[in-house]
Amino acid sequence: MIRFENVTKVYDQKARPALDAINLEIDRGEFAFLVGASGSGKSTFLRLVLKEDRATSGAVYVAGQNVAKISSWRVPRLRRGIGVVFQDFRLLPQKNVFANVAFAMQVIGKSRSVIRDTVPEVLKTVGLEGKEHRMPHELSGGEQQRVAIARAVVNRPGILLADEPTGNLDPTTSMGIMGVLDKINQNGTTVVMATHDDDIVNEMRKRVVELKNGVVIRDEARALYTSMIPVVGQSRRLKDASGRETPDAGLPGNAAEGEAQR
Amino acid sequence: MRLAFILSEIGSGLRRNLSMVVSVILVTFVSLTFVGAAGMLQMQINQMKGYWYDKVQVAIFLCSDGSTAPGCASGPVTPEQQQGLNALLESPAVAQYINDFQFESKDEAYKHFKDQFSNSPIVDSVTPDQLPASFRINMKDPEKYQIISETFSSQPGVETVIDQRQLLERLFSVMNGASLVAVGIAGVMIVCAILLIATTIRLSAFSRRRETGIMRLVGASKTVIQLPFILEGVIAAVIGAALASGTLWAVAQFFLGDYMSRQYPDTAFISSGQTLILAPALLVLGGSLAGISSLLTLRRYLRV
Repeated sequence: MIRFENVTKVYDQKARPALDAINLEIDRGEFAFLVGASGSGKSTFLRLVLKEDRATSGAVYVAGQNVAKISSWRVPRLRRGIGVVFQDFRLLPQKNVFANVAFAMQVIGKSRSVIRDTVPEVLKTVGLEGKEHRMPHELSGGEQQRVAIARAVVNRPGILLADEPTGNLDPTTSMGIMGVLDKINQNGTTVVMATHDDDIVNEMRKRVVELKNGVVIRDEARALYTSMIPVVGQSRRLKDASGRETPDAGLPGNAAEGEAQR
Repeated sequence: MRLAFILSEIGSGLRRNLSMVVSVILVTFVSLTFVGAAGMLQMQINQMKGYWYDKVQVAIFLCSDGSTAPGCASGPVTPEQQQGLNALLESPAVAQYINDFQFESKDEAYKHFKDQFSNSPIVDSVTPDQLPASFRINMKDPEKYQIISETFSSQPGVETVIDQRQLLERLFSVMNGASLVAVGIAGVMIVCAILLIATTIRLSAFSRRRETGIMRLVGASKTVIQLPFILEGVIAAVIGAALASGTLWAVAQFFLGDYMSRQYPDTAFISSGQTLILAPALLVLGGSLAGISSLLTLRRYLRV
């Protein structure tokens, strides 16, 4: 579904590349975690899939199409096949839940009757039935993220990209969100999720792709957040939402300064 | 559905940005009023040309008692000289250039003078003797004045040959100057309007960057994203153009039609109906200015 062939992305000629000759394939219907420190290239990876940026060299294939060969007026069609969820939800504050989800259908010209049928169905999938008329500020963070997920999948994209979707949420709520993403994945949508949340990765036991300095250093099926193979690096302590300090095996390398505080 | 969506986006954009939209309306209104005023002046000039050039003639003034011109050295025109001029005017060499001519005697000249200056005290101090007799010539082609002038200036008994058109040309050049000034002001105002529209669209795009960001992500087409912004500018400018057209119509109807034509009954003023020809031009001009400047602004400030 997503294939990177020798992809390099350079933002600044003087700095090291954000992605350095990446080869990666994510199959249809797969669920993959993208882990790694800040600046390891996770966001760049997602941006290249969306054609927000162009790869400096190499080829990115999405749904069998080389995105570099998609003309600019066809980019919207590419993006209709990809749902995106962010850490900060990005809901429209002056629209209620129903309208936020419906917005994604309105802008691509879906008819009113289709919207009326589809939106409640999708809201049910993400567990928000009965909350159609709430405004975003009347919802909890977890519920807001569910709205964002509903909006991302309402047009039935083949791929769902999630950029730290649980970054603003407590562990319990995060697990709820993961349940929703898993359900969407079960329905056949390919899910790629960039995350720092070790608990979730460890819990889900899905494929893990670890990036470091723009290079894939690990690609394991049914893996944990950190490698089973010990990597030399400083260990650190993570604090979860209950305030309990949990010893952590530590990220490889000098990972994630300051990002452990959630 | 998509149309309804775009319309609702335009509506919310106009509401949110109301003060800027009002200023765009006013600036386009003022600038297009000046453009239209220049157009109206040109129409007025053409109208007066058409009206006057039919009536205006070349006048050959004949020598009278007080004439000092070199051709009048022998004193006032004699009946023989007058006969000779008449014959020359009827000769084929000259007749081919003129439609017709009449002789205006001193008494007729006095009568016309009295009519023309009926409001002025000067009438009382003028006697028929002081006014020269003349031949009034209606030219086939007013541009051929030079031929008549050359033929008759040197004839005995002729004081001077005057092309009345030249008097009008002076008036027209004043009006042309005024319309140039109007075009100049309009130019500056149009630059203002373009910059203001660009700023307004930029603000509008900025205040709605959340929506446009989401639209991009869910795959809305470029048209759906940009059209509301462009139409916002175009609608504001078209309202301004409509106001300008209305103002020009009102000026023609009430100022020229009611006031000026009562003051100057023998001048042909343009009718208010004629100004309506300007309206579509102003609407198109306003709309396309706004459209183009919005489009250029969006290319810089709204990534799609």
